[in-house]
Amino acid sequence: MSDCGDSDVLWIPYKERPEWSDVTPVPEDDGPNPVVVIAHSEKFEDVYDYFRAVLQSNEKSERVLHLTKDALELNPANYTVWQYRRDLLKHLNTDLRTELDYVEAVIKNSPKNYQVWHHRRVLVEWLQDPTMELELTGDALLQDPKNYHAWQHRQWAIKTFGLYEKELDFVDNLITDDVRNNSAWNQRYFVVNNNLGWSDLICQQEVCYTLEKINFVKNNESAWNYLRGLLIHDKRGLSGNAVITSFCEELYKNKCRSPFLLAFIIDVCEDAIKKKDTNCFHNADRAVELCQALATRYDKIRSKYWNYLCERYKKYQSEQLSNDNKTNDLIIDE
Amino acid sequence: MSFTTKDVVLKEDRPKTLLLQKHSDYLASYGLNKDDYEYCMTEYLRMSGIYWSLTAMELMGQSSRMPKEDIIEFITQCQDSESGGISASIGHDPHILYTLSAVQVLAMYDRLDAVDIEGIVRYIVSLQQEDGSFYGDKWGEIDTRFSFCAVMCLSLLQRLDAIDINKTVEFVLSCMNFDGGFGSKPGSESHAGLIYCCVGTLSICKRMDALHADELAWWLCERQLPSGGLNGRPEKLPDLCYSWWVMSSLSMLNRIHWVDKKSLEEFILACQDNETGGFSDRPGDITDPFHTLFGLAGLSLLGNTSIKPVNPTYCMPQETIDRLKLKPQILQI
Repeated sequence: MSDCGDSDVLWIPYKERPEWSDVTPVPEDDGPNPVVVIAHSEKFEDVYDYFRAVLQSNEKSERVLHLTKDALELNPANYTVWQYRRDLLKHLNTDLRTELDYVEAVIKNSPKNYQVWHHRRVLVEWLQDPTMELELTGDALLQDPKNYHAWQHRQWAIKTFGLYEKELDFVDNLITDDVRNNSAWNQRYFVVNNNLGWSDLICQQEVCYTLEKINFVKNNESAWNYLRGLLIHDKRGLSGNAVITSFCEELYKNKCRSPFLLAFIIDVCEDAIKKKDTNCFHNADRAVELCQALATRYDKIRSKYWNYLCERYKKYQSEQLSNDNKTNDLIIDE
Repeated sequence: MSFTTKDVVLKEDRPKTLLLQKHSDYLASYGLNKDDYEYCMTEYLRMSGIYWSLTAMELMGQSSRMPKEDIIEFITQCQDSESGGISASIGHDPHILYTLSAVQVLAMYDRLDAVDIEGIVRYIVSLQQEDGSFYGDKWGEIDTRFSFCAVMCLSLLQRLDAIDINKTVEFVLSCMNFDGGFGSKPGSESHAGLIYCCVGTLSICKRMDALHADELAWWLCERQLPSGGLNGRPEKLPDLCYSWWVMSSLSMLNRIHWVDKKSLEEFILACQDNETGGFSDRPGDITDPFHTLFGLAGLSLLGNTSIKPVNPTYCMPQETIDRLKLKPQILQI
């Protein structure tokens, strides 16, 4: 924003409106010695001087409802104005449907503002009617598919009113548009976790879905994270699902060296070591080799992290050597 | 195979040294400019503005340039006698965000006596919900940011005993995601800023052991982009404020050495404006006090000795935290 919206030539300042002549405007009081002198545009000053006046006199009337609209147009992030507006809505018994339309318009102009979304939520709670929410948030996410406020509101509406039915389709569309959209992957987890549940069948379906997306774009942090996340719910764990391990080895064989692939194979090695189920692909030697490759070649910026992991596996290797004939119950996580 | 990343490129003529004097001048005169439109727009978060500016000045050893007595008087006037909470500005409604900012400022000035402490405690206690979460104000928005505000505020007042800590921790842990990170509410996407709030809450409550430290720290390190800068979520642009949120979290996890410090320092320095002073979100953008604080605090965590040590949990000078005898938990590896 670059100016206070003074472009509207039809604007009449409150101090010149006869219907407001009974109110004495209250200028901003910063105490005896202002900490910081604030200069407002004339319009801003006029509106907020009258807002302060009605706040002091606690006036609850239609004209104040209009005044809050002007005040919010100048600064939709002012939470005190929103709070007063809600008090007014209750007091005046205002038609909340009109208010829904109004806040929708404000959201369209300021989609990244905490206060507007919160106001929306309070209205939906008062009305107990979530029918517009999926469309509203869907529109906002069309503009910015990672808008945190829109996602929060959408999750709240879905969870509170049980609107899961078409959500996976919605998510799938977003992932198809941008396979790296982490917010959409998070929402996928949200739907499966809260609604479908992680049955064997669902787990397998999700594995297939995710591998297909990884095949499309290999170096995709979000998809790899989702794969790890869903395997928390698969009793076979990271190393026990042959579909996944052979998929990874195939990628590796085809010269894919995405850091996320290598990191995932390291995790498979770790899981295999933990379960004492190592094999020629997944063991401490392989983990060491991959950590070194990441540290020195494929992900140098995080070399300290890969070296740290590498040391862990080397320690495991040497302990394994020294304990060769003993049963060792080494736990390698801290 | 696609390896494209959303990132910025640092220009050759970027600032490469720390312009301390410029930043001090910038903050000292911030808001004195009568035509400063941005400042009038930020009245609703004035209290936080004071916290950002004062903390930055403290870290530079320049806080005498801030009008101390006026600030204290202003804070006193912002406390709501009924609820006990503190607002962003005189005549505004109290909110936990601004209550925390006010308490942080008074703690730095060693003037907590200037407000009604029992009133603040009462206010924060009133915001805790059955599930351990906190409202931000009476209107009932819930967010892990507010959990952090609550415990930070109470610990600065030495009154952490006033709330149910177990439930507080339980709620924060319920916001842990499948990637080891945290969001604003259960199920919300992991976000570096909110991870800082959640890890900070656990640090103050001394429950860091509940974290999946390696997994979380790796996720945080993944935020570093080829430019050296950090983003807050996968596939987002780098932003200077994440230097603070990611690195403070990594400091509490005792794994700050996992990021590439040299390139991060270059990125932070590149976010300075060598004409106006101050730091911005990305090289070349307009500076503001918020990013100026997080730029300086980030450099302090990276070990820059011309800035005072900052405490990673509180984002306040370490000397203040020591004076208050607070010992937020740092995970032992």
